[in-house]
This record gives sequence, structure tokens and C-alpha cells, in this order.
Amino acid sequence: MRLRNPFGRKTKEFPSHLWTQCPSCGEMLFNKQLERNHRVCQKCGHHFKLGALERIELLADPKSFSETDAAIVSSDPLGFVDSKPYPERIAAAQAKSGHKDAVLTGDAQISGVPVVLAVMDFEFMGGSMGSVVGEKLTRAAERAYADRKPLVIVSASGGARMQEGTIALMQLAKTVAAIARLDEAAIPFISVLTDPTTGGVLASFASLGDIVLAEPGALIGFSGARVTSETIGEKLPKGFQRSEFLLEHGFVDQVVPRTQLKERIAFFLNSFRIAGQDLRWSL
Amino acid sequence: MLDRIVGSRRATEGNGHLAVEAGLITDATQLAAGRPTPWQTVQTARNIARPHALDIIGRVFEHFQELHGDRAFRDDPAIVGGIAELEGRPVIVVGQQKGSSTEENIVRNFGMPYPEGYRKAMRLYRLAQKFHLPVVTLVDTPGAYPGPEAEERGQAEAIASSIQLMTRLAVPIVVVVLGEGGSGGALALGVGDVVLALENATYSVISPEGCAAILWRSASEAERAAVAMKLAGPDLLETGVADALIREPAGGAHTDHEATAAAIKSALIPQLDRLSRVPVADLLSLRYERFRSFGMFVEPDGSTAPMPAQPWWRRILKNPLEKGGL
Repeated sequence: MRLRNPFGRKTKEFPSHLWTQCPSCGEMLFNKQLERNHRVCQKCGHHFKLGALERIELLADPKSFSETDAAIVSSDPLGFVDSKPYPERIAAAQAKSGHKDAVLTGDAQISGVPVVLAVMDFEFMGGSMGSVVGEKLTRAAERAYADRKPLVIVSASGGARMQEGTIALMQLAKTVAAIARLDEAAIPFISVLTDPTTGGVLASFASLGDIVLAEPGALIGFSGARVTSETIGEKLPKGFQRSEFLLEHGFVDQVVPRTQLKERIAFFLNSFRIAGQDLRWSL
Repeated sequence: MLDRIVGSRRATEGNGHLAVEAGLITDATQLAAGRPTPWQTVQTARNIARPHALDIIGRVFEHFQELHGDRAFRDDPAIVGGIAELEGRPVIVVGQQKGSSTEENIVRNFGMPYPEGYRKAMRLYRLAQKFHLPVVTLVDTPGAYPGPEAEERGQAEAIASSIQLMTRLAVPIVVVVLGEGGSGGALALGVGDVVLALENATYSVISPEGCAAILWRSASEAERAAVAMKLAGPDLLETGVADALIREPAGGAHTDHEATAAAIKSALIPQLDRLSRVPVADLLSLRYERFRSFGMFVEPDGSTAPMPAQPWWRRILKNPLEKGGL
């Protein structure tokens, strides 16, 4: 008969490179199966954060994504140093995430519809928006405007990047100005909010979609929950600033599970017609 | 930027208008040598005795008629706005309103607007556009109010929509930062053709305390954060966030409201004169370019490296390669 070590048991049975525990229901999930299910817990439907590449794989038709403006990298406008100089933070984030900055943009097809697709990655400095993110998103919107193609942006961001100071704040106005031109030209913009979408990103382009979709249980809000609870000096109710809270208060159109996200976006893209294309109604 | 483009053209044409920069600080070297530190500037910008929006409006404009409410929820006292006359010509004025006493600050929510405040502002911008009136906004807020009711009523959506409306509003907009330009809550009133700031005003992505709490894990590092964030006047000129600074009286704006208002008035008039002559299409594209140009990044030339010519064997083996083989 084999003797078991009662202390080491869990870790031996569930090595972390093979298993992940669901923070919501506690279920041990086999990593490979989790990946196959687009990082959604099979048991309770908890949505784990999804990296930009996996997100593109989820939404874009196979091999349809071609990245644009991939070479843009951050400079250090302010010479910012907190506990680490900003360029070191960038380098560390690049090594960790494998991306140049917190957004990937490009041309893609979603269920056969050509779109401009931008996907943010929370792994890169909390998905924060500085000059590079602002510039790439603006160019994406400008390309959608020039090519008369719908724009789809999937947000995952803590907000503006503090290390770029007021220049980061100005990215709000810059991206929104580009979105405003799309709006005037009646080119569809679908904004997908994922966990988390907060601060300056939510207070700019992410809130301005013709259609605003959110993934279940995502943290979505203007100010951090800590700031809010300190402001009123009490604990916040459960579910505050979650997708369902925003749905209830009228700021997102739908909460869409990840596995249905692509077909839902495709439905909206197919419903909207851009002037000059074939219209379904002769209005 | 518009100010510079239009202004320099007018200056070279010599048509008798005031120089754009008359009395304004457009270069950090024009500032007095003994500048206060960024942290001192933050304190000055927050000084409770500093002239706030209504103090300025009453002295710069005539016949101010305040207009209340967002037509949807309520009247937010942290944002004031209405119609007034500047040298006899009507304009729409909108500004964040702080209090000059604790009691007044409680009423004004310390100048921190709720979403309905921004929606009131948007209503007034639309009114301005409809009746062809230029807009003057006065920015002075620690930030948009971060409470739970504000979240419920869509603080982020209100700010985003206000920015969007301002980027395409078909009338001239001049922004004056009076004191604190606190993050998105300030920017929601801050999109204009010309952005002016009082000499001791600040404009920042987050409060120095907030930045310190996040990056240094201690709010007491706010002084260091204030330096690092480059939020004071000279930095705003350098980054182009402000087009020009308006000189304050020697001791600071709080020592002399009359003189501060006079300086703002003499800065506003030539700007509005100039902007009102610019065709709307040019105004909008120059406004777009003004905000489009913010950003510092490096882009290596030829962003995608040219594809190497394919060798013969690869052309033959094309299919297996595409499938990800080899």
C-alpha cells in the first residue's frame, strides 16, 4: 500500500502548468481544455482574461488577420521614473507579453465581412493607453474611414498610461476625434468591453460604439472600485461595475458569452450597411 | 496650433490685427526665473481663494444668464453654463464651478461633476452650434466625481460623449484652464481650437496623490509624482497641451481676481475674433489635427520589412509550408 503525503498532495496532483483553478467556482481546469474552450470555465462559465492573439483567433476568420502598424514603439516623452524608469517597464512588458505595446491592430474578416480589428492586451502594462496605443487605434479608425470598413475594437485596459502624463490623457481626445469622424460618415463601430475596461479607455472610444457589447462578469467602470469605496467610505455592493451592472443601467447593449461573441458581432456587421454598399431596404 | 497657423499668417499679411501672442506666454523662457516648483503650482491651482468659474464669468462677460439642467435628470451645481456677452457679442460659457468656502464646496461637490453635469454642458454646446455662438469653457476640477451614483449614471459615457461632441462642434471653442485640469473630467470640457491656461494652472492625467498611491504605493510621494508627471505651465507649453499661458498677477490669481479676469478677457477677445473668421470645415480639420498630433513614439521606417524573394524550392513546396509544415 502506498503512503500519501497529506501536505504535498494538491500541488502534485495539479501542477500549475497543467491545471488552473477557477477563481469563481474553485474547479480545477485542465489547461489544454481551458484553452480549447477559449479560456471560459466549463463548469461555471467564468471568463478568464484572454490575450490579444487568442482574441484574434477567436474573432477573425482563420488567416484573415494581417497586422498593421506593428513596428510602432513607445518613446519616453517625460523621462518618467517611478520605482523603475519607464523604458525599463516597457522592455519588461515587451518581454513578458511578446507584443510591442498594449494593442494589436490590423485588417481582418469576421465571418466573411472585412473589418478593421483592434485588440487590446491587458498583459502589457495593464493594457494602458499611451502614445502607441492611441496612435495605433487612431490609425485603425482612420483606415476604417478611408476604406469604408467597419471598425471593431476589443478593449481590455486599466485606462490611460500614467507614465506618459498629460500626453496619455490627450490620447482620449485623439482616439475619440477619429471615432467621431466614423460616426459622421456612418461607418459602423462595434466596441467590445472585456475584463477589465476602466478609466480613460472607457471614458473615450470604448463607450462610443454604435453597438457596445460586454463579456460576462467583466469589470467595467470609470474610477477604480477602491477609489469609489474610499469616496463614500463604505464597501460597494457585490456586482458593482460588472458587465451586468452596466447592462442594468443602460450602458451596454448586450452581455455576450465569449463563445457566442463572433457570431453576434457578425450578425450586427451584416445588419448594418454602409452607404454605397447594397442596401437591404430601399429607404 | 490653429492659433499659431492662423495667427502667423495674419501676422505676415500685416492686416492690423493684434499679434496672437500679445500678452500671452507661448514659450517657457518668457516665464519669470524663480518659478514655483510643480508641487507649489499644484497648491496654488487648488487655492480656495483662487477665482473660480463664476468669479471669472462675472468679470469677463456682461449679461450672463445661467441656464440650468441637463433636461434628463437634474441640475449639477458643479458645472455652470449659460449665455453671456463678450464685448457685446453673445457666447456660450460653460465651466466647472468650485466653491470658495467649505459650505459652498459641499454644494458644488468640490467642482467634481456628475454625468448630468457633462450632459448639461453637451446641451449647451448643441445650443451654441444651433445658434452659431462661439463656446468658451473654463476648466477647473479635481476630476469627475468617482462615486457609485456617478458610475450608475454613466460617468465614462458622459465624458466620452462630451469629448466626441466637442471634436465635431461646428463653432469656435476656446478652452481656458483656470486651476486644476483633473484628468478625463477636465478633458470633457477641454477639447477646443485654442487651449489657454492660467500661469499656475495644472493639467494632469491623474492627481499627483493618485499617481503616487498607484506607482509608489504611498500618497505621501505626491510631491515626487507632481514633478514626474509634468503637469505645470512650462510643461504644458512644451508638450503643446496648452497653446499659451495667461499671465497671473504677481502673487498669483488668488491675490487679485480683477486683474486675473482682465488678463483672461484680453486673451479671449483676439482668439475669438480670429477663430470666428475661419471657415467651419477648416476649423474642424485644424481641431482634428491639433489633437491628432499628440503622441510620442518611434516608428522605424518601412514598418514592414520587404518580403525576401522566394527561392524555387519554396515555390514548389508552397502548399505544405502554408499548412504550417516544415
